[in-house]
Amino acid sequence: MLLEVKDLNVYYGAIHALQGISFHLNQGEIVTLIGANGAGKSTTLNTISGILRPRRGQVLFKGVDITFTPAEEIVRMGICQSPEGRKIFATLTVMENLEMGAYTQNNKAEIQKNLERVFRSFPRLKERQNQLGGTLSGGEQQMLAIGRALMSRPQVLLLDEPSMGLSPILVEEIFNIIQEINSQGTSILLVEQNAQMALSVAHRGYVLETGKIVLEGKSSDLLNNPMVAKAYLGAH
Amino acid sequence: MNDEQLTVLQRMIKGKWIGKGFLALLALAIIWWVGGKAIQSPSLFFQQIINGIQLGFVYALIALGYTMVYGIVRLINFAHGDVFMFGAFVSFFAVSLFQLHLWPVQTFPSLPPLIGIVIGTLSVIALSMVSCAILAMTIERIAYKPLRDAPRISALITAIGVSFFLEYFGALPFVFTPNFITYKRPFEIVTWYVKDGIHRLEAGAEAPPGSVIFSNVLIIIILVSILLLVGLNYVVRRTKIGKAMRATAYDKPTSRLMGINVDGVISTTFAIGASLAGAAGVLYATAYPQVVFWMGIIPGLKAFVAAVLGGIGSIPGAFVGALIMGQAEVISAGYISTPMRDAVAFTILILVLLIRPTGIFGEPEREKA
Repeated sequence: MLLEVKDLNVYYGAIHALQGISFHLNQGEIVTLIGANGAGKSTTLNTISGILRPRRGQVLFKGVDITFTPAEEIVRMGICQSPEGRKIFATLTVMENLEMGAYTQNNKAEIQKNLERVFRSFPRLKERQNQLGGTLSGGEQQMLAIGRALMSRPQVLLLDEPSMGLSPILVEEIFNIIQEINSQGTSILLVEQNAQMALSVAHRGYVLETGKIVLEGKSSDLLNNPMVAKAYLGAH
Repeated sequence: MNDEQLTVLQRMIKGKWIGKGFLALLALAIIWWVGGKAIQSPSLFFQQIINGIQLGFVYALIALGYTMVYGIVRLINFAHGDVFMFGAFVSFFAVSLFQLHLWPVQTFPSLPPLIGIVIGTLSVIALSMVSCAILAMTIERIAYKPLRDAPRISALITAIGVSFFLEYFGALPFVFTPNFITYKRPFEIVTWYVKDGIHRLEAGAEAPPGSVIFSNVLIIIILVSILLLVGLNYVVRRTKIGKAMRATAYDKPTSRLMGINVDGVISTTFAIGASLAGAAGVLYATAYPQVVFWMGIIPGLKAFVAAVLGGIGSIPGAFVGALIMGQAEVISAGYISTPMRDAVAFTILILVLLIRPTGIFGEPEREKA
């Protein structure tokens, strides 16, 4: 197991946001956490990234406890997040945004190689490398957010709502790239409200409801599960 | 912002042309008045402009520290003026007690005297900059970092406390003493006057009427300031730490997600701002050669006004605001009366806050989720 979350309990003040969730991500997998707004999906990712701290529970990366490891150390170990709402540094250029993604990397040649890889996945970023991040369209910003996270050469890529606010064609494009990134060897933990899309690319999935995991299984099983279909896929 | 939250003057300005008309009239009146003085006596006017430039550059170096720290932690660091004072005192001790400015001449007697003096002076400035950087990083670590997640007002009050601490610690008899101390410049002052060409003004001699006087202090202030500003611009625009500073100023949680050591970046920002204030302290003391423990208060506040005028958080804003402040101050001191310069400086602050709180280059505060 590459990443393992055990009995995670996170509070916002008195609010019990994550009520003991456990799941895992194997090497080479895409695993998705689906659920409605407020189910605790982003909270989970931010706890793994080390910017939220759990009251109980553990996060293990390759068997090492990283529950209380500083956020920058977690990135250096190989877990990087593309956050919800993209969170591009609007006042920095596209290139500078990517450089910030590579902040933990010191080998200039490696950074250059990574940059070329990101530009191959997202040719549009190369065209716009000297533009300010804030001037990009929503789809381009999402590409930049993913590319920026990839610049740290993560073994685990945490993706928070990559489809948010994008047109269906762009969502399709982004998800193709996500699969491509995965096929090149990066394991992906994908958080989505767009359950249909997420389950169609993921190997396995977990359904999160108000801070608890209520269902888990292979994506194909979840897609055919009547409860999932009713609650998240818009079937009647 | 709805209408009830606006002040009377803001509503006046927002709603109708009365406010804008008032501003335009004020601007016209100032230009008319200053222009009249300039025509009356051009040499006096140019003298004021030169004095204003000298002061403005010093304010710019201090204002940058205010604006950079505000940009990254949203804190008005009121102890910044006292860091400036500390820088002046470090250079005072370095020159008077240890004769640091003479090391190049003593070590390499064959060095041309001019180069020896330049290197010696720069060493004094560098020592002050490093000392101030260490002081500011210590202050940040002890006083501000524990309050990073506290309400902003707590950190602000703490900054005022740190300011008083530095002042009255400095006033202790075995530290900087409560008295004015004559400052020994690391170089001899040389004065020139401009009238039908540039002439050297001998020590003790009077400049002929109608001439404009300037000294090597002015040249050093301008050169050192420009050097530091270019250096700062390079650091902020081109280096990894500078880019991380801009990223952190824009969005701290996301910066942490990218693996940026946000605490380290904040500490570096304090250090850079303080080192500029340290250099300003040395330059100010060479221009107005007296040091005392409270000497940082007024220049600190004026630089703060300059930063607000330019748009707090904006680096070019701090520079432009400081140059305007320098001119406003010497013109009001020269043409109205000396004490009026402080009144004018703080009137500018009040007007900016009423009319355009974001300053010249400022953008409205982004609300973060």
